[in-house]
Amino acid sequence: MQAGIIGYGVYIPRLRIKVSEIERVWEKSAGGLGVTEKAVAASDEDACTLAVQAARIACEDFSIDPKRINAIYVGSESHPYAVNPTASIVAEALGTSHKYFAVDMEFACKAGTAGLQVCYALKKAKMIDVGLAIGSDTAQSKPNDPLEFTAASGAAAFFIGDSKREVIAEIEYTCSYTSDMPDFWRRPKAEFPEHTGRFTGEAYFKHVINAAKLLLEETGYKASDFDYAVFHQPNGKFPIKAAKILGIAPEKVKQGLLCPLIGNTYSASTLIGLASVLDVAKPNEKVLVVSYGSGAGSDAFVLNVTENIEHRRARKAVFEIIKEKEYIDYALYVRHRRKIKSL
Amino acid sequence: MPVPLNWRRFPERYLLRGSYCETCKQAFFPSRAICPNCRRKGKLISIEMPRTGRIISYTRVHVPPEGFKNEAPYYLAIIELENGAKVLSQIVDSNPEKIKIGARVKKVFRRIAEPDEYGTITYGYKFKVIE
Repeated sequence: MQAGIIGYGVYIPRLRIKVSEIERVWEKSAGGLGVTEKAVAASDEDACTLAVQAARIACEDFSIDPKRINAIYVGSESHPYAVNPTASIVAEALGTSHKYFAVDMEFACKAGTAGLQVCYALKKAKMIDVGLAIGSDTAQSKPNDPLEFTAASGAAAFFIGDSKREVIAEIEYTCSYTSDMPDFWRRPKAEFPEHTGRFTGEAYFKHVINAAKLLLEETGYKASDFDYAVFHQPNGKFPIKAAKILGIAPEKVKQGLLCPLIGNTYSASTLIGLASVLDVAKPNEKVLVVSYGSGAGSDAFVLNVTENIEHRRARKAVFEIIKEKEYIDYALYVRHRRKIKSL
Repeated sequence: MPVPLNWRRFPERYLLRGSYCETCKQAFFPSRAICPNCRRKGKLISIEMPRTGRIISYTRVHVPPEGFKNEAPYYLAIIELENGAKVLSQIVDSNPEKIKIGARVKKVFRRIAEPDEYGTITYGYKFKVIE
């Protein structure tokens, strides 16, 4: 069988802040972002703990023995250490063997899907049994910056294998579209990222649309061939607009559009959307996935859902997971996200 | 805590690895060098503890030890795991009214301590109440 996804897990922190609460504090409107609230990691959570939780859920729900993992790639722009890998901590916390490839990845919001491509390639090259690709972020945003309305926390873990009994979605094809376009960045000692406002939209559509077009051109598929489409979701509007540009009906995007309810989870964003699609997908359905990372690039995938999806599902769907929440006000938000400088 | 000492406890802190006596069939956490029941006749092996259990006692900590000042107030509980071993742990992500004796809890992976912005981060187990 073609290499593909054999299991997945999603972890969304319990805390939520409403966009209206951030608007109240700064006395300004978020504008039409299409986001109502965002997930906030607690003060004892970081991209590493989120990654472990997501991977652990995947192991439990899809009966994957961590000892089978031979590759771990953790994509994040909020790795807890500048030097010292998140991937090795995740492996130790899962109880893997010590024979595994590992590296932390960073490419703004697309580092998680880049990990998926590497695991897929290693599996195709028969260098591993099972690969683990994780997108995990506790996204930073400067107080009173437009990013603060959406920068959120979350993680998604995907296991890649090729066992006929396990693959729930074959990866039929993947490609990337990349260029040097600095629309969002963070220098080494800077606490918060900087961005170029509306120029980030220009960079998003340039890469997402070109990656999707490249994929359609190279595979010969038409946009209408897909049952679902998942795009990176920095806000609630961009994925819908990208679908319209490509000629994909907006209804095909809805199942994988979580940003309005949890915010932009950066490296996890596209992967959480894909997990939500797999929660409901039926055998033989086709999924288009296009991520986006500032700087800038997009990874595009064609996934074919297999018969195994009938008996291999996550115990709790993403739309159920996000219902477990506790609202906090802006004061608790800055406490948990460590934005109070005297602490 | 010195980094090497913390590192030696990773199996215990990350995976709840403890010991089990094959002679008296009792599980212990943290690990024991000798079975307190069987002594020389005991045969201890290292095992991963179950990740779920029940609260058998708890308290709310308002005056925390050094390093936990910004977390207080927080809940601390003695948990009986499914194999009978007992663990002392912080309870997180749970509505206060659900933190009670008998409540079912599940292990989660969290930051435990961070000396300052230069030192290593200590990770480990905490528990949350599950329905």
